Amino acid sequence: MRYLPLSETNRRDMLAQIGVSSVDELFRDLPKKALAAASFNLPNTMSEIEVERALGVMAAKNMNCAAAPAFLGCGNYRHHTPASLDYIIQRGEFLTAYTPYQPEIAQGTLQAIFEFQTQVALITGMEVANASMYDGATACAEAVAMACRVTKRSHALVSGRVHPHYRDVTQTQMKFLDVEVECLAPDPYAVEDLIGRITPDLACVVVQTPGFFGHLTDYTTLGEACHKAGVLLVVCVTEPVSLGLVKSPGEMGADIVVGEGQSLAGPMTFGGPGVGLFATREKFLRQMPGRLCGETTDEDGRRGWVLTLSTREQHIRREKATSNICTNSGLIALAFSVHMTLLGDAGFQRLAELNHATACQLADKLEAVKGVKLVPSAFFNEFTLALPKPAAEVVEALAKKGVLGGVPASRFYPTYPELANLLIVAATETNSADDQIKFVKALTEVLS
Amino acid sequence: MSLHFTKDHEWISVDGKVGTVGITQYAQAQLGDIVFVEVPAGGKALKAGGEAAVVESVKAASEVYSPVSGTVKEGNAALPDAPQIVNEDPQGAGWFFKIELADAGELSGLMDEAAYAKYLAELSA
Amino acid sequence: MTRPTTASGHKGLQFEQNLIFEQNTPGATAVDLPPVPVAKQRLGEVKRHTPVGLPGMSEPEVVRHYTRLSQKNYSIDSGFYPLGSCTMKHNPRLNEKMARLPGFAEIHPFQPVSTAQGAMELIDTCAHWLLELTGMSAVAMSPAAGAHGEFCGLMCIHAAHDANGQAQRKVIIVPESAHGTNPATAALCGYTVESIPANADGRVDIAVLRAKLAEHGDTVAAVMITNPNTCGLFERECIEIADAVHAAGAFFYMDGANFNAIVGRLRIADLGVDAMHINLHKTFSTPHGGGGPGAGPTVLSAKLAPFAPVPMVVKSGEGYTVEEHAGFGVAKQALGRMKGYHGQFGVFVRALSYMMSMGADGLKQASGDAVLNANYLMARLSAELTPAFAGPCMHECVFDDRFLKGTGVTTLDIAKALIDEGFHPPTIYFPLVVHGALLIEPTETESKQALDQFVTSMLSLARKAKEGRAAEFQAAPQLSPRRRLDETKAARRPILRWTPPASDKAQQAAE
Repeated sequence: MRYLPLSETNRRDMLAQIGVSSVDELFRDLPKKALAAASFNLPNTMSEIEVERALGVMAAKNMNCAAAPAFLGCGNYRHHTPASLDYIIQRGEFLTAYTPYQPEIAQGTLQAIFEFQTQVALITGMEVANASMYDGATACAEAVAMACRVTKRSHALVSGRVHPHYRDVTQTQMKFLDVEVECLAPDPYAVEDLIGRITPDLACVVVQTPGFFGHLTDYTTLGEACHKAGVLLVVCVTEPVSLGLVKSPGEMGADIVVGEGQSLAGPMTFGGPGVGLFATREKFLRQMPGRLCGETTDEDGRRGWVLTLSTREQHIRREKATSNICTNSGLIALAFSVHMTLLGDAGFQRLAELNHATACQLADKLEAVKGVKLVPSAFFNEFTLALPKPAAEVVEALAKKGVLGGVPASRFYPTYPELANLLIVAATETNSADDQIKFVKALTEVLS
Repeated sequence: MSLHFTKDHEWISVDGKVGTVGITQYAQAQLGDIVFVEVPAGGKALKAGGEAAVVESVKAASEVYSPVSGTVKEGNAALPDAPQIVNEDPQGAGWFFKIELADAGELSGLMDEAAYAKYLAELSA
Repeated sequence: MTRPTTASGHKGLQFEQNLIFEQNTPGATAVDLPPVPVAKQRLGEVKRHTPVGLPGMSEPEVVRHYTRLSQKNYSIDSGFYPLGSCTMKHNPRLNEKMARLPGFAEIHPFQPVSTAQGAMELIDTCAHWLLELTGMSAVAMSPAAGAHGEFCGLMCIHAAHDANGQAQRKVIIVPESAHGTNPATAALCGYTVESIPANADGRVDIAVLRAKLAEHGDTVAAVMITNPNTCGLFERECIEIADAVHAAGAFFYMDGANFNAIVGRLRIADLGVDAMHINLHKTFSTPHGGGGPGAGPTVLSAKLAPFAPVPMVVKSGEGYTVEEHAGFGVAKQALGRMKGYHGQFGVFVRALSYMMSMGADGLKQASGDAVLNANYLMARLSAELTPAFAGPCMHECVFDDRFLKGTGVTTLDIAKALIDEGFHPPTIYFPLVVHGALLIEPTETESKQALDQFVTSMLSLARKAKEGRAAEFQAAPQLSPRRRLDETKAARRPILRWTPPASDKAQQAAE
């Protein structure tokens, strides 16, 4: 087997050194009953070429977004990533390193985390950010838990325009903790009265911008109302490219910003792994979950980096930790950071402009299709369309024509018949003018 | 003035109705370089044995329990910005909080200096 | 040894590298994008008016920056990484190649299921391997890492007790030697934790466990045990433990962090386990990436299976569907959703690529070699070091610091001196139940030659320590990109991000 270096001679010599006659003898503590019962109905070792063939067949059964006009979003976006990005993250010294617990020989990972934390703080307009969470949805749940710790209250209000997976994960995570997670119904039409729902027992209000249906909303007034009542404002960002063009959550008065970094980090890979972004105000630092990297000096007085404030974490605080998280999304955070570094301010803004302009062009064209109505008036690179018939059917029909034309809202809200005709459409810099024409043509045909 | 100790290595020095509470020399040495201290705010009601403050080194976090019941008069405002004071002078300038005793009788359940020294000797044996 | 100082601060191939923020060329970018088409903006009132503050760099500068940073890292590609309880094994590049097939990388979680049948098949096949290898009834694929898998398992246990009218069960019994995630996870489920000590043998004392179960009666929700445990030993009485737990009406959670020691040899279902997470980034070779991403699929017994979280891939006829909503279809009793989308799909691809490469026979050989390597190290290192427990050990061996008594050298010093020897230190001071622990996990990846080199270094360090050369140890490491870092300073005045130097700020204000 190509991954196993020991030869039979090695094994014999080593067994002799240990003083046992067989490897089985080393397993003598395992219950005999269980050893005897073990049988595995699985194939034996395969060569590289056989594995490639088998997995290649599976991969080919999927319609891939690089080979079809695809306009899919809802928290996962296809963007172009520069060639140098994948090269950098595949360097073995990044790819195959462990968590940087020995800082003297992990300065590369640590400095990259420090730069990542700074970049996340800058784009969200916050003071501090952590080294990452699993994904946006789990980061959102952690934000609610943190808001409860900070305010010592146990009631969260979640806007109906927050990504349904973020909402669901938050509800699941709070399930056994006596925290009430009050979720407003999804409504892409009416403006929610969040301010009117602020009560003195509320720990936080959770909103999203751009919203799940695409709306751009300024939550500054909401933030002010929250702060008057001692309530924290949690803002989710599922499409961080938007931050190149729109006001940051920090400017709106957010206390905690969570988000999904996948859109800037690399391929969608069916939604995982992503990278959870988590940023907050410095005054809440000690209630923050996850790893943090900080600056210090070594014995020779040279600048260096270490993991710090670890007493918040599970390996020290155990049942009193701020979270049980250990492994996070290191490599995807690195990919996110490399992309931000490649872009710089100029590239980041340009990328955002390109996305918005592409989406505006597409919206103009789709709005002209008979029976189609555009729902949000202000959006970034994603918007909702009201169709004259159920969107799920339309999407299947479009797929048959070779177009991945958006996501039906009913996939998330099967119990809301009033949302059945809504289609959520995203456009990014990867969608050419030709893709847009194909989409408009296919939709026109499907609806006629 | 009387000085008393707990098994969790807190000390309390009592003057009239007011006690000053901190952690012992032994406790600070066990923790190593202290990097963070959180002290209770004035007015907070504490129960004997209840969590009163937090003290952290790089690799350890520990609760400081109140040796007696009562109401906090003040926390040591110098500590949050200069936690090293606890290392430097744990039984002096590194005090954590002052508390108005609810029941001076509780003191009889604590160790005096000699008993605490004996307790430490047993621990290291 | 005197070393020359340089004007640049570099030392040959060891480069000093500034932060990206200190390399800023305002306006520069390493990404050339096509022109922005003319379109009427629809941003409403939320247009950004201030610059973000990201530094500008060109592509060669960026590539050089990260290349230099990478060279400051130790990695499994470059050397032996005996980090106990972390299973740092070789990460095959075939896995990376497979995860980058456009049919896997370029697919969207919400494209019609009819257009993602290959993705469903991949998840189902990966699940099939995990179920065959464990003999369990079901697997929740979505947990993102080990701790997340623990959370999944305990929530299923909570849901099952609630469904059985046993909501009063709120206690989790955990050995003192457990990973910190165990009690932290229990707390997230609203549970309280009761610890039980290890016996002199390094294992759970079943009499103590029975007494604890009796003491807490019908309030015990589950017992969580890592097996092989964090002392590198197999819990011989595992089946009896399971029986005692079940007799008490509780569930048996096995922490699967150390699954690499037993994979392909026995099925944990035959041990009486109700739930176990599997760290794909340990046992199944997916890269650790400097701290993730991982994946923690959680296998479940028949009693817990109905409560598994969504999404769930369902085989129907020739194809697959997916149940994405709790309360519907096969997910009627599901506890909800734990993670966005379909779990760590890219990690599944890599793990499956590894499992197929290894096969059932290769996995059995791998656990055999992992255990052989650990026992070989234990035998050879015992010449100078003091093993904490009698062998045989499983895939990792633990030494205490008795061999350092009176030398003035600590376990930490040994770890730092190993860095100068060119090795990544073992896990130190864990498990907590072993004084000054050195926990060494070689994995099956290491050749005998690599192990022998490590032994030579370790024995030489132990002898040096005993010779009274403590000062050399306290100064170590001397040859790494950085020497010991001041963690106290970092924690007392946390600097967690770059900020512009004061002079820049003053200038900005003046403008």
